[in-house]
Amino acid sequence: MSKRPDVLPPMLAILNLALMAFALVLLFLLFGDSVMQSFRNRPVPMDMTAYRPGSGTGGMADEDQIKDGIHVATGLIYAEGFDIVRGTCTACHSAKLVTQNRATREGWTEMIRWMQAKQGLWDLGANEPIILSYLATNYAPEDIGRRASIDVDAIEWYVLDLEKEQ
Amino acid sequence: MPDKKVIGLHELYEKDPIEADKLLWGRTSDPVTRRGFLQKGALTALSLALGSNMVFANNFPAGMIPAGLAYSDQPFNLPGKRAGMVVLNDKPINAETPPHLLDDELTPNDLFFVRNNGIPPESIDVSSWTLTIEGESASQKKTYTLAELKSKFENVTYNLTLECGGNGRKEFNPPAKGNQWSTGAVGCAAWTGVRLRDVLKDVGVKSNAVYVAYYGQDTHLSGEAGKVVISRGVPVTKAMEEESLIAWAMNGKDIPVLNGYPLRLVFGGFPASCSGKWLSQVVIRDQVHDGPKMTGQSYRVPCKPVAPGTKVPDDEMCIIEEMPVKSLITFPKTGATIKQTARLPIRGKAWTSAEKIKTVEWSIDFGSSWSPCTVRVSDNRYSWQSFDANVSFPETGYYEVWVRATDSAGAAQPMLLPGWNPRGYLNNACHRIAVKVS
Repeated sequence: MSKRPDVLPPMLAILNLALMAFALVLLFLLFGDSVMQSFRNRPVPMDMTAYRPGSGTGGMADEDQIKDGIHVATGLIYAEGFDIVRGTCTACHSAKLVTQNRATREGWTEMIRWMQAKQGLWDLGANEPIILSYLATNYAPEDIGRRASIDVDAIEWYVLDLEKEQ
Repeated sequence: MPDKKVIGLHELYEKDPIEADKLLWGRTSDPVTRRGFLQKGALTALSLALGSNMVFANNFPAGMIPAGLAYSDQPFNLPGKRAGMVVLNDKPINAETPPHLLDDELTPNDLFFVRNNGIPPESIDVSSWTLTIEGESASQKKTYTLAELKSKFENVTYNLTLECGGNGRKEFNPPAKGNQWSTGAVGCAAWTGVRLRDVLKDVGVKSNAVYVAYYGQDTHLSGEAGKVVISRGVPVTKAMEEESLIAWAMNGKDIPVLNGYPLRLVFGGFPASCSGKWLSQVVIRDQVHDGPKMTGQSYRVPCKPVAPGTKVPDDEMCIIEEMPVKSLITFPKTGATIKQTARLPIRGKAWTSAEKIKTVEWSIDFGSSWSPCTVRVSDNRYSWQSFDANVSFPETGYYEVWVRATDSAGAAQPMLLPGWNPRGYLNNACHRIAVKVS
């Protein structure tokens, strides 16, 4: 009996130390990052105007410019689903690959499946129907018959001085 | 921790080849902050893609930026290419030449169209570049350095036209997926090299040989090492033709990197995809080659004609070999306004996989009447041939000048689109320009 009280205090002390150490580790795990962060170089926000639709300052304005229903920077039609299409499709490839193609909803679905099978495109989840609706609505095939007329409106007319030419 | 976030991004984009972009675009990331090429607009798209704002922009993985900027609105020049080329896709690079820029006798290197399927090799060491010939129907496996190729075999130069099988795809209805080439996936250059047949004979070709195919040093867009981007070929008879080349020079200069430097195949008259770039290996096969883009629906058309929009199973699709007769008006550029008193000189190019171009005609009344152009004789088969004419207009108004070429085999260009096919190949419909006479 006489020996036991002698053992208890050091044991309690060890237990307390262990508890304290555990608490410290827990605290570090919880808040360590933010504490350490203040000793490090803080993450620097990019030295450019943040994206604010219609902020109208600096170069960013051009980025969000919509002209005649077209998002100027990408050439994509500005319509419902635009943000998701832009964010998803142009993460990997040129928007030109979208704007130059025409297909039905089925055709666009096939292209997405092909990209998923061959090009590492991820599962689009809930965005897929939004993307498909955007594409099938805005980039649907037009019936141009066996051959389209020259797009006269798109021609840049110029004066050809033939005397100078010959 | 910020690093965790970066890894998360990496999971999506780890396969992006930073180094290749560096080579191609000359874009480099700041070594410290790695945000050297975060440009305006990128943030918007990327934030949307990630569903969050990019707070830790300075920890952003450099390799992702070019991909995020793949739609880039910034005007850029392709390396080794002149401004004015129409870029259809910048990853992989695909660019075509507008017709009025194809007016030169031979297409300058910096105007030659680009059709890449993957990413061109970086840091090319010409002194250590080799070409290996092997395959089931090769008598032996043999490797040549560039210097050996140049010294061992007769050096020859031919003017050869290369045209992408999908040139003109844009006009098909219903539309076909892929790069929507207008008219400019074509060019004709003076290619210098050795005859493929001389090299094949040096190696030894077994009597059971069927196909000769290539492998190049470009890398797959996914960045996956060893994944073949494209490996196509031609029947042995085509490989053995006099004009079939292993080329190292284009118009007397190095071939541009985007067009296959330092070594490529050149087969005039076949889809340009047969003319492998960054060539490092040729295989002599005892069967029709089965590399990527040789099978399925790629570079194939229905064996039998189909109605527009028909779904055609793979086993009813046949490999495209000879390219059809075709022509382009290279002067004037469409949209010319002229005075009625003037006779309008027109110039252009015509080409075929047949022996030569027989006639080129022009019409300003939508084919009701045709008048002949003067066609220049070419130095060799598969070269394009220049033509010219003087066109006069009966009265003021809006006109379209159409041209139509006919080759020595009797094949002529259609005014409407030729047979529809699922992938939109072989559109050789007549080219036309708009002219206003005032």
